[in-house]
Amino acid sequence: MVENRPWVTFFSHAVLILGVAAVAFPLWVTFVASTLSLKEIMQVPMPLWPGNQLLENYGQVLSGGTTTGSKAAVSHMLVNSLVMALVIPLGKMAISVISAFAIVYFRFPGRMFFFWMIFITLMLPVEVRIIPTLQVITDLKLNNTYAGLTIPLIASATATFLFRQFFMTIPDELAEAARVDGASPMRFFIDVLLPLSKTTMAALFVIQFIYGWNQYLWPLLVATDESMYTTVIGIKRMIVGSDAANEWNLIMATAILAMLPPALVVMLMQKWFVKGLVETEK
Amino acid sequence: MEKRVVFRSAWLPYALVAPQIVITILFFFWPAVQAVWYSFQLQDAFGLKTQFVGLQNYAALFRDGNYLESFKVTALFSLLVAFFGIAISLVLATMADRALRGAMAYKTLLIWPYAVAPAIAGVLWAFLFAPSIGIVSYVLKGWGVHWNWILNGDQAMLLIVIASVWKQISYNFLFFLAGLQSIPKSLIEAAAIDGAGPLRRFRDIVFPLLSPTTFFLLVVNCVYAFFDTFGVIDATTLGGPGQATNILVYKVYHDGIKAGDLGGSSAQSVILMVIVIALTVVQFRFVEKKVQY
Repeated sequence: MVENRPWVTFFSHAVLILGVAAVAFPLWVTFVASTLSLKEIMQVPMPLWPGNQLLENYGQVLSGGTTTGSKAAVSHMLVNSLVMALVIPLGKMAISVISAFAIVYFRFPGRMFFFWMIFITLMLPVEVRIIPTLQVITDLKLNNTYAGLTIPLIASATATFLFRQFFMTIPDELAEAARVDGASPMRFFIDVLLPLSKTTMAALFVIQFIYGWNQYLWPLLVATDESMYTTVIGIKRMIVGSDAANEWNLIMATAILAMLPPALVVMLMQKWFVKGLVETEK
Repeated sequence: MEKRVVFRSAWLPYALVAPQIVITILFFFWPAVQAVWYSFQLQDAFGLKTQFVGLQNYAALFRDGNYLESFKVTALFSLLVAFFGIAISLVLATMADRALRGAMAYKTLLIWPYAVAPAIAGVLWAFLFAPSIGIVSYVLKGWGVHWNWILNGDQAMLLIVIASVWKQISYNFLFFLAGLQSIPKSLIEAAAIDGAGPLRRFRDIVFPLLSPTTFFLLVVNCVYAFFDTFGVIDATTLGGPGQATNILVYKVYHDGIKAGDLGGSSAQSVILMVIVIALTVVQFRFVEKKVQY
């Protein structure tokens, strides 16, 4: 604190509390709505205090979805979301860490060419190549499979860069010592580089878990079969009309279920989350 | 930049880069080339015949009032999202940086929306603003505002801006907070001793020193508004009413997947690619400068 100005301090806290309240308000209303019966929600204004339908609503969506919109069970969607949220970060790390190792620790013809090839993918997000990418998936018969949902999303320049930057900071003496001791490149990679990369991996994992869990456009195109819906897609399919025709209590229960896992990961692994966020954007 | 000590092997490095290169070619380069190729073609309604038409698809796009309108909508949308997202998080971060006590608690309570999928953010706000049953619509009605984003284009735009900004505040907040904490305390103290008040110090010292962060966030927020908000729109307004919230990315999806206009949608994809490349170049030029500084 530079100086003591009680009014300014008071003002800061007031603004922050207002900010936190504004950010949290939609969450509170969502939670309350997920504990009410449909009739209670349809009252205008709806109650702002939780009702007693919590178990009924969550039980209903987990086992059977909604009655007016999609009837797919949300429990199965949560499994699909979890598969995406785990396979994408793990796959991404696996292919990125080895390609970064090759680019940093080897000299070979075509090295810079490969480096640039990976780099350029930054400029080609899914959104700009929707139809042809979907065409590739259809040609490979990967529609409505976990492979189709995850593999196209695991190639990433950011993860490769992150590992490359990190490997550049590792003292040359380590590689030198490993070579003098007669260790093969893979021995060095497994026994020295991987253990040192743990924190980078943890940070990357948190960011990519959220990325995988929250995917929208890609599963919308590839997962057309109910059994392959992710939770985020499931919510969209539950909305049939835009207003009073929806079973908002069930939709909101699903929304809470869809938000909970990534929100918990962010809050509980906050240190890694912030590190990952700040470093992947460099 | 280069390692002094390297390993030698004729085949190992190729085997190591192979998985990533294969996926990159299959799912990035091949589709991107295809998009360019399709954009020069015209398909009949049943996809039976294709014909090479050169730049006709592009010419048709720039004669299409809807497409030009979509450019305007996207520009307005990104501007609003970037401006409000950055302004609100800058205020919150400045306050959190000042309020040492409880800064961690505020941080935890402000960062969680980052974990919410854009589509879910859209659904949450669509529910709050639902014309007949939404709680915010009810309050607005009490104030004499007739709220119906399903019919009113400006209100639909406002809805997707609010949902998008709400989700992005946590991201901007974290970067501003990191930026503020890296400003040397001695500078602030020196200014305080010279008699500069909090507002004056913010204007003359803090804000100029934050300008690299602000510029970085400006680019990131534009990219976010251009692409990542697809979910917000698809879960709420579907680009409507009319064309009021039909941003470029949503139009590519709609024309290509829903309306089956392969050539036109591909031409739009290629134009979007050019925009992404431009934004990426701007971002990297900036990163280079930051490293020197």
